[in-house]
Amino acid sequence: MQARLVAKDIACRRGERLLFRALSLECRAGDACHITGANGIGKSSLMRILAGLLRPYVGKVDRKGTMGLVDERLALDANLSLGKALAFWQRIDGCREPGRALELLQLGPLMDVPVRYLSTGQKKRAALARLLNRGCPIWLLDEPLNGLDSQAQKTFEALIEQHCAGGGIAIVASHQHIALPSPSRVELAEFAA
Amino acid sequence: MIGTLLRRDLGLLLPGGRGGGGVLPLLFFLAVAMLYPFAVGPDAQLLARTGGGVIWVAALLAAILPLEKLVSGDLEAGVFDQLHLRGISEELVMAVRLLAHWLAFAPLLLLATLPAAGLLGLDGTTTRTVLLGLLAGTPGLAAVGLAVAALTAALRGGAALAGLMVIPLAVPILIFGAGALSTTGDGGIALAAAISLGLCAVTPFVAGAAIRSVREG
Repeated sequence: MQARLVAKDIACRRGERLLFRALSLECRAGDACHITGANGIGKSSLMRILAGLLRPYVGKVDRKGTMGLVDERLALDANLSLGKALAFWQRIDGCREPGRALELLQLGPLMDVPVRYLSTGQKKRAALARLLNRGCPIWLLDEPLNGLDSQAQKTFEALIEQHCAGGGIAIVASHQHIALPSPSRVELAEFAA
Repeated sequence: MIGTLLRRDLGLLLPGGRGGGGVLPLLFFLAVAMLYPFAVGPDAQLLARTGGGVIWVAALLAAILPLEKLVSGDLEAGVFDQLHLRGISEELVMAVRLLAHWLAFAPLLLLATLPAAGLLGLDGTTTRTVLLGLLAGTPGLAAVGLAVAALTAALRGGAALAGLMVIPLAVPILIFGAGALSTTGDGGIALAAAISLGLCAVTPFVAGAAIRSVREG
């Protein structure tokens, strides 16, 4: 099955404010998409709409394939060791090969450290490990570079490239520059209401 | 998958679990049973007559204590969002949490009822009625607690509000459960059990809808 994510003519309203409207987006297997825009313009809301966590005010989103979301919320139990916290999601996702993600993201030495003691960048890497373990074709990444050092950033860009080369979709919302394989760009300001 | 969810929830809620404070409701419960004789004096007859009711009130208040951590932590951490992305419905997540919540506080509470009954000098029959009543009523208390915890999870000061909201909703269980002490027969206990079952059936849907509405809000 080919992964696909198509958003048609969506608008987003938060409270009384219309954040953006008439936004269409189409991603097929192998596509990468970079969503840019200033703070508060609605990048995170767009990601949540694409993920199906938020209903668009107008328009609809069609998805084919499972999705993984990495946003600012870690969803790992703060009091557990990283290994145990990740193990929960591995069991939920039925992941058989958790070692690979840990190695790629160099989390091995941190497995016994309680999640609450991890630094911002380490937490981000933990969230990315959860995403990799999921083994899903559609990646939704909301500000994935926050807190990552330059080396981790390179590793991560390489991971995205691999993912897309393998027929995955990567949608990245970030105000920072990120090297994506032939990305389509969505400048949210163009759709501001 | 249900087993995985239940294991995590139990790890979070059980005494000594990583949520912490699991023993607190229990100690609170015993403390009330201990304080009551000090407050009303050493009249054994009075204690034996009113002790069952005191245990019920203590159990109800103890059931409020764990509510703070029941839903709001996972809501903030985005756990429910991640589960939703995996196609696991909020109703299922909440049904599992209801079971975990009950398992984490009710069996220990029933066990602690024995020393509490001793402290208040209850006789065997009364103790039995209290235990049966609590067995029938605690699932309902857990259900009301979870529903209210989910409804107030996103509010500032939600925990205090949850405590206040549980009390009126728990009154029917208290009336029938504790009422069985002053009437003969097990009719009161059966009614408390019926209310409990009804609440347990409704709660996963109420709590699930509450979580979805926070997400959309």
